[in-house]
Amino acid sequence: MNIGSGSLVTVPSSTGSWKSGDVVSDQFPVGLRVLVVDDDPTCLRILEKMLRNCHYEVTKCNRAEIALSFLRENKNGFDIVISDVHMPDMDGFKLLEHIGLEMDLPVIMMSADDSKDVVMKGVTHGAYDYLIKPVRIEALKNIWQHVVRKRKYEWKDNNFDQSGSVEEGDRQQKPSEDVDYSSSANEGNWKNSKKRKEEEEEVEDRDDTSNLKKPRVVWSVELHQQFVQAVHQLGIDKAVPKKILELMNVPGLTRENVASHLQKYRLYLRRLSGVSQHQNGLNNSFMGHPDATFCTISSLNGLDLQALAAAGQIPAQNLATLQAAALGKSATKSAISMPLDQRNFFSFENSKLRFPEGPQQLNNSNKQIDLLHGIPTTMESKQLANLHHPSQSFVGMNMQVNSTSQHNNSVLMRLSQSQPRTQLLNGANNGSQVSRLPLSMQQSLSPVLTQSGIVDNARGSVYNPVSQASSMVDFSVNQSKELQSYNFSLGSNSSGMSSLTNQGMLQEEVNSDIKGSRGFPSNYDIFNELQPKSQNWGLQNDGSTFDASLHPCMQGTQDVSSQLLLQQGISSTHNSGQNRNAPIEKPMYSNGDEIGHSNTMCGSQLNSGGGNMLAVKAERFPDADHQNTNIREQFGRDDLMSAFLRQQASVGPVETEFGFDGYTLDNLPV
Amino acid sequence: MEVGQLQRSFVEYMASLFREGFLDAQFSQLQQLQDDSNPDFVVEVVSLFFEDSERLLNDLTMALDQPNVDFKQVDAHVHQLKGSSSSVGAQRVKNCCIPFRNCCEEQNTEACLRCLQQIKQEYLLAKNKLQTLFDLEQQIVAAGGAIPMVQYSNDYGLSL
Repeated sequence: MNIGSGSLVTVPSSTGSWKSGDVVSDQFPVGLRVLVVDDDPTCLRILEKMLRNCHYEVTKCNRAEIALSFLRENKNGFDIVISDVHMPDMDGFKLLEHIGLEMDLPVIMMSADDSKDVVMKGVTHGAYDYLIKPVRIEALKNIWQHVVRKRKYEWKDNNFDQSGSVEEGDRQQKPSEDVDYSSSANEGNWKNSKKRKEEEEEVEDRDDTSNLKKPRVVWSVELHQQFVQAVHQLGIDKAVPKKILELMNVPGLTRENVASHLQKYRLYLRRLSGVSQHQNGLNNSFMGHPDATFCTISSLNGLDLQALAAAGQIPAQNLATLQAAALGKSATKSAISMPLDQRNFFSFENSKLRFPEGPQQLNNSNKQIDLLHGIPTTMESKQLANLHHPSQSFVGMNMQVNSTSQHNNSVLMRLSQSQPRTQLLNGANNGSQVSRLPLSMQQSLSPVLTQSGIVDNARGSVYNPVSQASSMVDFSVNQSKELQSYNFSLGSNSSGMSSLTNQGMLQEEVNSDIKGSRGFPSNYDIFNELQPKSQNWGLQNDGSTFDASLHPCMQGTQDVSSQLLLQQGISSTHNSGQNRNAPIEKPMYSNGDEIGHSNTMCGSQLNSGGGNMLAVKAERFPDADHQNTNIREQFGRDDLMSAFLRQQASVGPVETEFGFDGYTLDNLPV
Repeated sequence: MEVGQLQRSFVEYMASLFREGFLDAQFSQLQQLQDDSNPDFVVEVVSLFFEDSERLLNDLTMALDQPNVDFKQVDAHVHQLKGSSSSVGAQRVKNCCIPFRNCCEEQNTEACLRCLQQIKQEYLLAKNKLQTLFDLEQQIVAAGGAIPMVQYSNDYGLSL
């Protein structure tokens, strides 16, 4: 029988009285507005009845397209969506992604299929829950928890974000470009921003710290298209939330909104092109994530990169670890598995990022060094996390900068340690290459690593600090593909970037896994996508791209770093800039303003970023100039490595810096 | 027949359906969903199930009749049949779907045809049984009585 007729039930007007999070009436969750999508008429009818019995407001439809149009027409008309996995007109996971991107509603998947890989797919795609048919009413009774939980995290996230930027005094980096909201928030004017939001039909300010209600930005089709246009205009590698926001020019939209949407978008793109990656990553992703920071990093997801950058507090170590992780992962994945689309999209020229083997490196090395330093690690914390235990190789990298080449090696080593690492190490042979690691991560990393011969030495020394990062990075292992590239960039900053590269790498890996792992996914996705970009960034090897990234370090050339950051999505916190003086650990480069701030930046960022440490948008490497010079000298694979190490050494006790405390982003929503 | 007798027959019949595995706990869930606002809920849903299943079985027959069988399509149909039969509690029908899917994976047309045959049989049996049950219900209602609630319990022990 065709449910068609019955499926389209008039959508009740927003009655969601309890929707506004702040109002939790006695009857909660009565009135929860559920949209249920299933092509099976029998199930659909049963679900409808069950949900009605739970006192929810139910709208059913049997076609995914219809469901989407429902959702688009009625922004804020629903609280939660339940969808079947197997549908004739559109795959349930695809619908899930659309909803996540456009409407940001929690989606519950269901199916008669209970095989592990399908359930895992649900997890990685961001489903809030997965129900096995036949669905019992008991299972439906509690779906409201997902709505509340999501809101709670978003609110927290917003708050955090705001408070982070506002309250962290040491957040120099607080990116000036931060949305006005931030500034207004700083003034404690969150309410205003909120109000402003409310006026906006489409955009609800998320940061409404003033009340529980968490206004949510509704990404309508138009808004999303504006967003996509802006991203395309900027270029994937340059698509930082701030710039996107500026391009979009939508009043009431915050950078945070854009940042989190960007994450999702990247994840979505990644999925489009590289579903396979997930699989790889899945296994790994959950690895090594011992670090809390790691988690936090992922949670940073969405937190503004800038904030992270600003925080710059992220200890170099953290970054390093992240990077290392990323690197490590990337190494494994070596081939940036970025989906083709994404690659194109991001036009990262991933290949470029890769560490140019040998000679190129030299050229890049300069850049690389920069990269390391302040790798514009736009790496968002997430990405760092994704980097998945970058610590191994990557971390070594960052940290190493200061220390002797050994560090480099260690960094590289770390990278190599993880499976992918080997690749990195190869590539990273050059001392300077350390930074390169990220590159190698991608694939070239290994060559780079090997070059520097870091593999052996680095392992020991670097590893420690890196470990932190690695844990983080591990996430990305799965993703490795993307992460690799990504991490690589992070790590590439010889100076401090090494960590960054890891991140980049990890990111990719993480991306896929991130979802599953913890809040990361979202973050990483972006990174992953960024990977191609990041590659430039950290991976000097790749050459061209790397150059750009390197530059920043050197002179704090923003563009380069920014590029890197963007590309990599590395929340620059790691960035390398730090390497220079301070332990590389703090790659966080918050928008590169703090050039001399490398250390703090990274560290703070990490910390403050609340997860988005990496979100250092194209930050310049703070101590770029200083390190740059150093690095410059060394450029060249070996040189780079040594330069990196030197920087590390100069930076000071790198290891200590690395403690990624910054990563402990507690509010990172998972 | 007088109401009491009808009711007893109903209960026994229901119990046997549970016991013999034609229906499972999910069917009880459906019964519990029925209320005054939806007095014919179970009949409605089961009717939907019948319609949908017959359509699917036809599609399956056609799909397996092709010179080049599209096993993915076949599998999709079986999957849906599994979902809907499990949702109404038609346990034996659902159970037939599992080996059927295996045959699809192996891309074994012969085996699939056998599975199809079996599932058709189970479906017809289930349909038959349920219709008998509904008829009994109608008779009870017509005789002015209330339909007894028969609870399914795991050990097939039924309680009233």
